Amino acid sequence: MRLQWRTDLLSDTALVRDVALVCLADGIVGVSFGATAVAGGLPWWVPVAMSLLVFAGGSQFAAVGVVLAGGSPLAAVAAGAVLNTRLFPYGLAVSDVISAGGSGGSGARTRRWAARLTGAQLVTDESVAFALRHTDPARRKAAFWTCGAALFTVWNIAVPLGVLAGSAMRNTAAFGLDATFPAVLLALALPTLTDGRTRVAALGGAGAAVALTPLLPAGLPVLAALGGLAALWRPRRRPDADGAGDSQAVRRPAGHAIPVRSNR
Amino acid sequence: MMPLLAIAALAALTYALRIAGPLLADRVSVPAAAQRLFTSAAAVLLMALAATSALTAGHDFAGWARPAGVAVAGLLAVRRAPFPVVVLVAASVTALLRLAGIH
Repeated sequence: MRLQWRTDLLSDTALVRDVALVCLADGIVGVSFGATAVAGGLPWWVPVAMSLLVFAGGSQFAAVGVVLAGGSPLAAVAAGAVLNTRLFPYGLAVSDVISAGGSGGSGARTRRWAARLTGAQLVTDESVAFALRHTDPARRKAAFWTCGAALFTVWNIAVPLGVLAGSAMRNTAAFGLDATFPAVLLALALPTLTDGRTRVAALGGAGAAVALTPLLPAGLPVLAALGGLAALWRPRRRPDADGAGDSQAVRRPAGHAIPVRSNR
Repeated sequence: MMPLLAIAALAALTYALRIAGPLLADRVSVPAAAQRLFTSAAAVLLMALAATSALTAGHDFAGWARPAGVAVAGLLAVRRAPFPVVVLVAASVTALLRLAGIH
């Protein structure tokens, strides 16, 4: 009993520490997002509203990036939405955590729905990764909600802080602020390039997007890069050509169960 | 410009993608191939965005300082440097190059 209690305590301390580290990293990304958006000329409420309503860092950067490059809002929404398609399988993966509720009674049913609707907004790369580290339902639940709620709070404090910083800086180029945006995207993308064909598709797509930038209206080159996915099409017809088992988890060294460090 | 409507549309699409999983969990399962395609599409988009935002400004070349900072940051990211370090190094390298007169 005592041993059990101590294990729980230790694991909770570890959870809080890990969540804090992730929050720190995302806080810096959030500051950089708010600052980049207003430094690029967007009104302050755009990054703030996006952070509350969209709450998905990668797609927020993507959409704002398209708009700041002069792209249409439609292209911005498309780029952001495509990035967020991964949230669908994430939601499936943690549906037990989000939907778990008491049994019977209309009060329980209401609580169950409230948890579902709230929990859905907290589905992010990080919260899902934290939940999937555990098999015990109670642990999964604690990890998901702790990480999700902490991130939502930190993100929505960091972005307005970034807005203030971005508005205060006279010359953001001198601080190299414009380099943080592509650096964040690169750091998000690199851990997802786990297999060779995705790498070919991503590099080909990136090359094509850069080459097309002088020619196409802003926003379109990035979407055109999705044509790089064609590189994945052909080999898929041969089952098992995937490199045995193909699961990312198999190839990743143990201890890297978290798929992506920060990808919101 | 980024009208409120675009933000609302992206927010609604994003929330729909998030809630669909918990609502459909009992009824559907995503084939592994589709799941891989989602992951790959995200990777392709992120890399394309990273490349264009590092190398181009408007329709033109962005200059050397920014891609140099991003490249150093990318190396650090490959070597699994902590996220805050990656972001700060990108800004610092670019800022120092500009200070040195390299744009």
